[in-house]
Amino acid sequence: MLTKIAWRNVWRNTLRSSVVITSIAMGIWAGLFVISVSAGLNDQRTKDALDTYISHIQIHNPDFVKDNNVEYRIDGIENVKSVLDTTPEVKAYAERVILGGMVSSSAGGFGAKITAVVPEHEMEVSTMHTKIVEGAYFEGIKRNPIVIGKKLAEKLKIGLRKKIVITFQKDNGDIVAGAFRVAGIYKTSNAKADEASVFIRASDANRLLEECAGFHEVAILVNDLETVETTTEKLAAELSGLKVRSWRDVAPDLGYADEMMMQMLYIIIAIILLALSFGIVNTMLMAVLERKRELGMLMSVGMNKTKVFFMIVIETVFISLVGGPLGVVLGFLTVKYFGAQGIDLSIVGKGLEEFGISSTIYPNLEPNFYLNVAVMVIIAAILASIYPARKALQLKPAEAVRAI
Amino acid sequence: MSAVIKTENLKKYYNPGEEIEVRALDGVTMEIERGEFTAIVGPSGSGKTTLLNIIGGLDHQTDGSAHIGDTEITALSDNQLIDFRLHNIGFVFQAYNLIPVLTAEENVEFIMLLQKRPKEERHQRAMELLTAVGLDDKVGNRPGELSGGQQQRVAVARALASKPQFVLADEPTANLDSQSTSDLLDIMADLNKKENITFLFSTHDQRVIDRARRIITLEDGKIISDERHER
Repeated sequence: MLTKIAWRNVWRNTLRSSVVITSIAMGIWAGLFVISVSAGLNDQRTKDALDTYISHIQIHNPDFVKDNNVEYRIDGIENVKSVLDTTPEVKAYAERVILGGMVSSSAGGFGAKITAVVPEHEMEVSTMHTKIVEGAYFEGIKRNPIVIGKKLAEKLKIGLRKKIVITFQKDNGDIVAGAFRVAGIYKTSNAKADEASVFIRASDANRLLEECAGFHEVAILVNDLETVETTTEKLAAELSGLKVRSWRDVAPDLGYADEMMMQMLYIIIAIILLALSFGIVNTMLMAVLERKRELGMLMSVGMNKTKVFFMIVIETVFISLVGGPLGVVLGFLTVKYFGAQGIDLSIVGKGLEEFGISSTIYPNLEPNFYLNVAVMVIIAAILASIYPARKALQLKPAEAVRAI
Repeated sequence: MSAVIKTENLKKYYNPGEEIEVRALDGVTMEIERGEFTAIVGPSGSGKTTLLNIIGGLDHQTDGSAHIGDTEITALSDNQLIDFRLHNIGFVFQAYNLIPVLTAEENVEFIMLLQKRPKEERHQRAMELLTAVGLDDKVGNRPGELSGGQQQRVAVARALASKPQFVLADEPTANLDSQSTSDLLDIMADLNKKENITFLFSTHDQRVIDRARRIITLEDGKIISDERHER
């Protein structure tokens, strides 16, 4: 009967209850959408970075991690490859020569990270070949082709098929220079990285390096992203002389953002619920004060304080059980729609690129987040009901029953 | 006959010992026997409401005692009083005070639900009582769909649902028209005679006073007269 009374009391003042329910639903809906955009932004940034530059796992010479010196090559690269070939979690891998040097044209010279790749392997671990906006990925130029970022091309004032010179050092400090021709110009969502990275073929790099030829990095993609950490540990155990790191360790800023994101999202929802709670408290206080006589009667005829308390709590929970799920469902549908369609933010595209974020955002949220939000709504309602319920208990039956 | 209600030198002082001390009850001693149809009358401020509140377990005395049956109600804690009221006292209020979101039948059943009586028993007794008060055709109506007189009859049925030792009616006819008052008093008098249910009224209404078989008059917190009438 308590639940029956509580449920019917919710609709006693339909307008007032509808206003509160709508405010809860709208608050949750808006909160979920904003959060999904933030989560989508973060996921996008992480995904773009992993897809283009970082991959899931990287292997280096331990000394190379501390000091990116050309002499710290990976020893036993063939052994590394054979281990990777026999690890079922590994989807693909690509070996890279990593050099720090200068890229120069007649317009000037700029420092850059020179990544020398085996194109056919690189295309399996990176989507860089899909980011070409002019020319092609190591095609069309037979000798010394180079692929550079659009921003860097603009700074160097060069275009396709133009010649640029890259210089770097060998182990003994000797400067090596090579002329390369632009085969392709790429553009990712990370303008800063594009400005400071060029790609050449590993064979060309090692030819220039001569006796210092070798590879400094192996980039790995796994089949299932959930297995990154376990696969990293497994490979680290098998390749004990080398440094095997997951992307979270290779790019700590990305890992940190990822860890913090969930906590931030819950904090945002908690703040929204706190604000909504004030509305709930206000509504229930009004309901209690309006029903002073009725509550006085209930206590007079023998309804104990516990039942009176829970009647108010249940009524509050019912309000949130209507508004909360409604907001969650609306949020889910909105996120699903825009998650598929994307939100075009090209109007602020340039600004987003500075942060490594593409101009089309795909909002998304983990499925269990919706359930957790629904639970948080109910908890917030219970907490919000405590003050009005206590107010009801403070009524003196003899006075309340005669209230005007 | 055995005493259902017994008060001994019952006193209720507000702000005792201070300059503005108010003596709402100043030594009330009385006994109400089972089956009595008693009206407590007196001018405003005479102590009627205070007396009924203490007898009804809704207030505490300053001095003296009150017994309901064998239980000294004035010695019970607040939690004990809640339970005692549920099982021993029926209330009829001036403003009906029905639960607006429940039907007539559900309002009557509600008391029995608090007493944890089985569903079938609740339903049967509710129907019996609503029939006794002439509302067997209104069982599914909510208070908003009933007249004032009909609501008060539901309140009487609700008060009797718990099989109380007595029914406390505080100005039950104050909000009713003449016909409704007459109908309500007929029902209560009938129940009193047939079921030997004890009724204790607080009233200004002469129509109620005229039907009471015992009239206790209060003034300044004291009983100034106690008359019995054959009716």
